[in-house]
Amino acid sequence: MNVTMKVNGVEHTADVEPRVLLVDYIRTNLRLTGTHVGCDTSSCGACTVLIDGEPVKSCTQLAVQVNGRSISTVEGLSAGAAMTPIQTGFHEEHGLQCGFCTPGMMMVGTALLETNPDPSEEDIRWAISGNICRCTGYMNIVKAIQHAAAAQRAAAQAPKPEAVTAGGGQ
Amino acid sequence: MHMHGGIGESIKRKEDGRFLHGKGNYIDDINLPGMLHMAILRSPHAHARIRSIDTTAAAANPGVIAVVTGELMAQHKLAWMPTLSYDTQAVLATDKVRFQGQEVAAVIAETKYQAEDARDLIVVDYDILPAVIDPEGAKAAGAPVIRDDKPEKKDNHIYHWESGDQAATQAAFAKADKVVRLHTFYPRCHPAPMETCGIVADVNGVTGKATIYLTSQAPHLHRTVFALVAGLPEENLRFVSPDIGGGFGNKVPVYPGYVVATAASLLIGRPVKWIEDRTENLISTGFARDFHMTGDLALDKDGRITALRVHLDSDNGAFFADAQPTKFKAGLFHIVTGSYDIPTAHVTADGYYTNKAPGGVAYRCSFRVTEASYLIERLITNAALEIGMDQAEFRRKNFIKKEQMPYHSATGWVYDSGDYDKAMDVALEKLGYDELKKDVEARRKKGEVTGIGIASFTEVVGAGHGKDYDLLGVAMFDSAELRVHPTGKALLRMGTKSQGQGHETTFAQIVAEELGIPAADVLVEEGDTDTAPYGLGTYASRSTPVAGAATAMVSRKLRDKARKIAAHLMEAAEEDLEWERGRFYVKGSPDKGKTIQELSFAAYSTNLPEGMEAGLEGVHYYDPPNMTFPYGTYAVVVDIDKGTGQVKVRRMVAVDDCGVRINPMIVEGQIHGGLAEGYGIAFMELITFDQEGNCIGSNFMDYLLPTAWETPKFELGETVTPSPHHPLGAKGVGESPTVGSPAAYVNAVIDALSPYGVKNIDMPVTSDKVWAALRAAGVTE
Amino acid sequence: MFPAAFDYRAPASLAEAVDILRQRGDDAKVMAGGQSLIPLLKLRFSQPGLIVDIGRLPNLAGVSRQNGHLHVRALTRHVDIERSHELKGLLPILPEAAHWIADPLVRNRGTIGGSLAHADPSGDWGSVMLALDADLVAHSKAGERVIHAADFFQGPFTTALRPDEVLTEIRIPLGSGRSGGSYQKLERKIGDFATVGVAVQVELDGGKVKRAGIGMTSVGDKNLKAVQAEATLAGKEPTDEVIAEAATLAAAAAEPKSDIRGSADYKKDVVRVFVQRGLRSAVARAREEGK
Repeated sequence: MNVTMKVNGVEHTADVEPRVLLVDYIRTNLRLTGTHVGCDTSSCGACTVLIDGEPVKSCTQLAVQVNGRSISTVEGLSAGAAMTPIQTGFHEEHGLQCGFCTPGMMMVGTALLETNPDPSEEDIRWAISGNICRCTGYMNIVKAIQHAAAAQRAAAQAPKPEAVTAGGGQ
Repeated sequence: MHMHGGIGESIKRKEDGRFLHGKGNYIDDINLPGMLHMAILRSPHAHARIRSIDTTAAAANPGVIAVVTGELMAQHKLAWMPTLSYDTQAVLATDKVRFQGQEVAAVIAETKYQAEDARDLIVVDYDILPAVIDPEGAKAAGAPVIRDDKPEKKDNHIYHWESGDQAATQAAFAKADKVVRLHTFYPRCHPAPMETCGIVADVNGVTGKATIYLTSQAPHLHRTVFALVAGLPEENLRFVSPDIGGGFGNKVPVYPGYVVATAASLLIGRPVKWIEDRTENLISTGFARDFHMTGDLALDKDGRITALRVHLDSDNGAFFADAQPTKFKAGLFHIVTGSYDIPTAHVTADGYYTNKAPGGVAYRCSFRVTEASYLIERLITNAALEIGMDQAEFRRKNFIKKEQMPYHSATGWVYDSGDYDKAMDVALEKLGYDELKKDVEARRKKGEVTGIGIASFTEVVGAGHGKDYDLLGVAMFDSAELRVHPTGKALLRMGTKSQGQGHETTFAQIVAEELGIPAADVLVEEGDTDTAPYGLGTYASRSTPVAGAATAMVSRKLRDKARKIAAHLMEAAEEDLEWERGRFYVKGSPDKGKTIQELSFAAYSTNLPEGMEAGLEGVHYYDPPNMTFPYGTYAVVVDIDKGTGQVKVRRMVAVDDCGVRINPMIVEGQIHGGLAEGYGIAFMELITFDQEGNCIGSNFMDYLLPTAWETPKFELGETVTPSPHHPLGAKGVGESPTVGSPAAYVNAVIDALSPYGVKNIDMPVTSDKVWAALRAAGVTE
Repeated sequence: MFPAAFDYRAPASLAEAVDILRQRGDDAKVMAGGQSLIPLLKLRFSQPGLIVDIGRLPNLAGVSRQNGHLHVRALTRHVDIERSHELKGLLPILPEAAHWIADPLVRNRGTIGGSLAHADPSGDWGSVMLALDADLVAHSKAGERVIHAADFFQGPFTTALRPDEVLTEIRIPLGSGRSGGSYQKLERKIGDFATVGVAVQVELDGGKVKRAGIGMTSVGDKNLKAVQAEATLAGKEPTDEVIAEAATLAAAAAEPKSDIRGSADYKKDVVRVFVQRGLRSAVARAREEGK
């Protein structure tokens, strides 16, 4: 059946069997392989994407369930080599080692900072408690998200450029 | 701030970019034209004879290209394959299935959904046999013979192995003032990297060239094994390990799925992809541990250890497939005297077949050092508790002293360097040990259950010297090939293969240090056997000790050549030149010099010394003279809920000494990861079996991995005691935290429960076990 | 790892949904958030011929107060209950229980109605509804039917719902006195099912317990109501002795199995400990509320 969804801002339509999992739709139909599969019991969060801005396990959604909705994957975080604060945070704080859980962690971090711009360590650990990492022991993932939060807060507080007033050359 | 990126600098990782943008190239991201998908049918029974397999319906299902059974594989002499321990393992079962989850048949179809649909239609008729689920059952009179595929095999015993001096040890025990015994089980657990194992096999029938992409921590070794097993010419085999999402030893063995996918590609003439799911990963791939250990410490009246005696039964599963050096049937377990100056020791080990998945050497174990370290550190704490001596003091009393290095242990090791007292000092200082002990006493008086656990491990890594270390006869050297381009940039290739350890950064840093080319200008490549020099791969913390040494050596070779070129260009004698990182200059005239970039260009120019070959490249194969011995002291504080038995880790202090740290940030990341895995092992990770051999722990609902919520915060410290025989003084660190931490966690619980007479709780130390121990002592809420 | 094939309908209205179920209810599964159903489909433990996706039906999410009851629409997500300031003030046991369900990702999709209809004996909401003496409202082509929580859970994954019915709403009596409640969950890690879960809700009148509700998770073949324990509290002052007695009765009413999470004795004792702690906490909160 037909399914239409916005993926990283671009609308896609496809004809898929109802049983196709959203993660398989993303990886196979859309060829976006940054979202990963780590388990078969909805237990690990490696497949986390944002659906209408909220982090969800894409292995536990049918593509057809997301019809008409908007999803964001890791590929949509930034264009080219530019990096969002979350990506920069993970780089600066060594928040990734093998990189397999990283897209999921970054999507959760991105969503968290939308609603909680100054999360405590506890807030962060709670927010990522649906995402398993085997390499980092989570310490630097927490630091990475804190780094991003600080950078975003600083950018938000930066003085805006003054408006040019009408009349009078400046 | 521009960092040159030499040794000791925490430069950010060069490889991060692709992962941060979701552009990593993992095995399941590889898609080739015409590629097919494979699904494996596995046995639901732990032990059963196969009466018949009916693949008709499966073969007729939409999208199915082929269905492969053991019978078909047998026609190509591929129904069985050798293991890394010189045993054989079934690729697809023919006569019998010998563990739940064993590979029985495979479907190859156009899509993975179709492959799974058809797999469900294969009908297998089994005659169920009684299952053996542990060494006790394996030894029992009348136990079924699991390996009846071997005509001469009449029992389930695999090997007997010994180390040390039985007579001297017996004598010491005879005169001991005190003997402390601990019988403990290190349960079966699993490395469970976030990415499961997989392969894309592309055998080109026209050219005869096979390109095999697979999750391999040791691509060269796998290539050689495939050449031998499948009779494929090795020059036509190209093995490529792409980005790997975690290994931890899980991706060292050769799995039946790899062989079937390759055979299928060969027979069908199209690429075949097989990616196992998590259940397959947990139920059939290389598990870890499953050692039943009994240790005895002989003490004199002053609390000095006079002897150590250990016996262990190893549960190896249905095939002996341990990935470990040939000589060592129980791996490097005989490091079990640990950090302690024990005059005599005797270790005996017996391995057994059971109806469980094959393996045992995995999960950051340093070849069974995890098991050894756990046993000795638990024994030490138990002994201290028993004789009423402080855990730290008892350790210090028995530590090998730094003046004794290099230390010859009772089981034949030569420890390279170590100052165990210093690591202990740093750990206890960080912990605030004296205050903490007073606090523990105060809380206990109020009825709280709280305790401190210490572990001072010494482990052994860096396999290894060719005379003693080989896998299937291939010696365990490693390699580095360095090419410096005319513009002074470099390409470094090694025989190792990172699965997240940051090699693209740390090995560039070695070149930056030794040859003065900034790390940013050194491209590091691993994993493609067509281009990388032969190596034995990355596991057992061997990359830095062996390939790191090779990198230093090849860099020095090139530096020597560069010196000659510099002498020629500056018309000076070689001995009159000084080297400062990246530049030669004439002694006394520091302004007059040549940078490595200038010398690189010169190496390709008309300006070479007479008779010198052009180019600035070289390769070094490093045979380590000895192993290296990282060590540390870990300390854990726990609080226990009397009502539920839940254990909360209040503090976890880890002081590591891995010699010189190439990139401290990366070293600390490795330690964090291992301490978290150790936490999981100590408190929740378990693969177990019921009486029928059904596996419990074959998915992430049953095999529990700690989340960020449970995982404690870690406080790290360091001491640096270089390895005297390593070119950089570095020792390797990846496994130290998993080796040393489980005992620290468990010792804390035992210490907390020691006022109630509790001496042991086997891992995983779950809340129900703690509750039972408390209730048995009459403690309740 | 991938579901077997099935038909799929996403009806535009509740009327359309119950119409479909009337025809194909026996071979259909209703899906809301999918967080319980899809894992079963993937392992092929469940192979329905038809999935009826009600996840986007209008007017089936949200909370309102009507006639001394709290009305919680069935498609209200766990996360929305967890974060609700209104509920934290009005009936804190709800956000407290929601907080511990599965993990944050599941809570972004899972719904209270879906969870109750799924009726996993290890499900958290069932115990809460038993403790609150809630009513569950089912809708079919034949109309509306109100089922009392104590009658709703019939066995493992079995409820009083007929194959042609959809659970649309939960109605919780708010009581007239000062109330307090708590939900405690012993789990081996975040995301695991409860080893033991205990929901307690207490209403005080003067210094005495007017009404007490105790629901238990993972200690039977369905969520259990500790009826005897509740009865022993009614009309009494909640002293330590009375609370201890209720806790002992609740533990006796639990029917846990020994398994990998612990022995039956262990789980019963945790019930006792949790009921004790839960009652103390609920009573303290009820007293706070009155101030």
